[in-house]
Amino acid sequence: METQKNYFCSDMGVMLGRSMRHIFRSMDTILTVTVTPIVMMLLFVYVFGGAIQTGTDNYVNYLLPGSLLIAIASGISYTAYRLFLDMQRGIFERFHSMPIARSAALWGHVLTSLVSNAMSVTVIIIVALLMGFRSQAGVLEWLAVAGILALVTLALTWVAAIAGLSAKSIDGATGFSYPIIFLPFISSAFVPTESMPKVVRAFAENQPATSIVESIRALLYGQPVGNDLWIALAWCVGIMIVAYLIAMQVYKQRA
Amino acid sequence: MNSNQNKAIQVNGLQKAYKKLQVLKGVDFEVEKGSIFALLGSNGAGKTTIIKILTTLLKKDVGTASVNGFDVATRPGLVRQSISLTGQFAAVDEVLTGRENLIMIAKLRHLENPRQVADELLNRFSLADAADRRVVTYSGGMSRRLDIAMSLVGKPQLIFLDEPTTGLDPEGRIEVWKTVKALAANGTTVFLTTQYLEEAEQLADQIAILHEGKIIANGTLADLKKLFPPAKVEYIEKQPTLEEIFLAIIGKKEEK
Repeated sequence: METQKNYFCSDMGVMLGRSMRHIFRSMDTILTVTVTPIVMMLLFVYVFGGAIQTGTDNYVNYLLPGSLLIAIASGISYTAYRLFLDMQRGIFERFHSMPIARSAALWGHVLTSLVSNAMSVTVIIIVALLMGFRSQAGVLEWLAVAGILALVTLALTWVAAIAGLSAKSIDGATGFSYPIIFLPFISSAFVPTESMPKVVRAFAENQPATSIVESIRALLYGQPVGNDLWIALAWCVGIMIVAYLIAMQVYKQRA
Repeated sequence: MNSNQNKAIQVNGLQKAYKKLQVLKGVDFEVEKGSIFALLGSNGAGKTTIIKILTTLLKKDVGTASVNGFDVATRPGLVRQSISLTGQFAAVDEVLTGRENLIMIAKLRHLENPRQVADELLNRFSLADAADRRVVTYSGGMSRRLDIAMSLVGKPQLIFLDEPTTGLDPEGRIEVWKTVKALAANGTTVFLTTQYLEEAEQLADQIAILHEGKIIANGTLADLKKLFPPAKVEYIEKQPTLEEIFLAIIGKKEEK
């Protein structure tokens, strides 16, 4: 058992290398997790943007946080997809019958999710910069933004793990992500909630995407962060813990 | 103790139920080191359940099982060090190339020279030409060969092959048979399950028949033959089987 612990990091490195190859060899994955959010950003800024009144002079600045959330939500659906395929094929059995930590196979997917989402978020931010996105945030604010996004990724990754581990078909493994991808649309990500009808507005203001978007916005544009940050953190940590516990339970039973 | 050291596997009174379905009802057998052991049984007889218990993937309900002298329940880590599993469905990564698959396993087994280990196995399993192609382009027989090659990384003393030839064409099956014989010739113990009687007959030093959760016969092919009435001498005209015809035609084509 001791030897297993010593090797945990190098084993995780091997698992990460494997899944990253899966990502880079899948055109579909790259298109969905980076190109689609970028196209949406272009569409919103250059097509709808002129008609949207957000009270800011630069709409890219306004919609960047929401675009990042959508990218992460579509990114984690691929984590569920890869996990599902590993469960279906014999490769998990092979890993589990080898002298490596049993959880390494699962944590490898979680780590991959963090790394690949960080990469797509970075690409999207670079494109946003080209489109005129500017921020007065300093190093600390950027670190806080990175921390929030990492936490969002982790929380959603464990939700994806439940789907990937327990699904009976590929549709089931990835379908769960659509509601998550749509959450930012019914939040303050693209338009201020003040313009929405009462019921929709109540939902929009009390769902996690709004508090996450508002916290990132506040950090990027030097506004006071306020309660949004704590609400966002509570959502992320809460979802992460519950999803982690369920996913681990399913993993023990099924893998 | 001395007799134990010659045993690769010892199983006593093994029982396992899935909810109310009793799959194994007290299974006993032993496997000698360096031999080829075939577990025969129809679909659903519990062959895979036995393999899963012996490879630490599944917990037994009752009984004892040890692999290479280590109890599977109390020393799973040491069991996993000394075995390899080639499951029923090829456990290869189709997105990676053959070489990348082997290097990955070599790294996970923490070997010194993963590349060198991969090269050796690619040559040994005649996969060198296809080494840098993605596995998704491989034929069924090639995938299976790679699968077995991956199980040999790190030279485990005992390898489990769960229905290694199911779904393969006749040529692929003969390839796998050759591989298994070569393994045993090198001193590796092979535990295989199969539903094909011919496969057990071709390969195994020892054959056990699993039926309704129990081993109902166990021994060498000669032992098992003794259980039946002595052979009568009859004269029949032997027609070639379709398989023999198929292989003969293919063989001729390849000679040209």
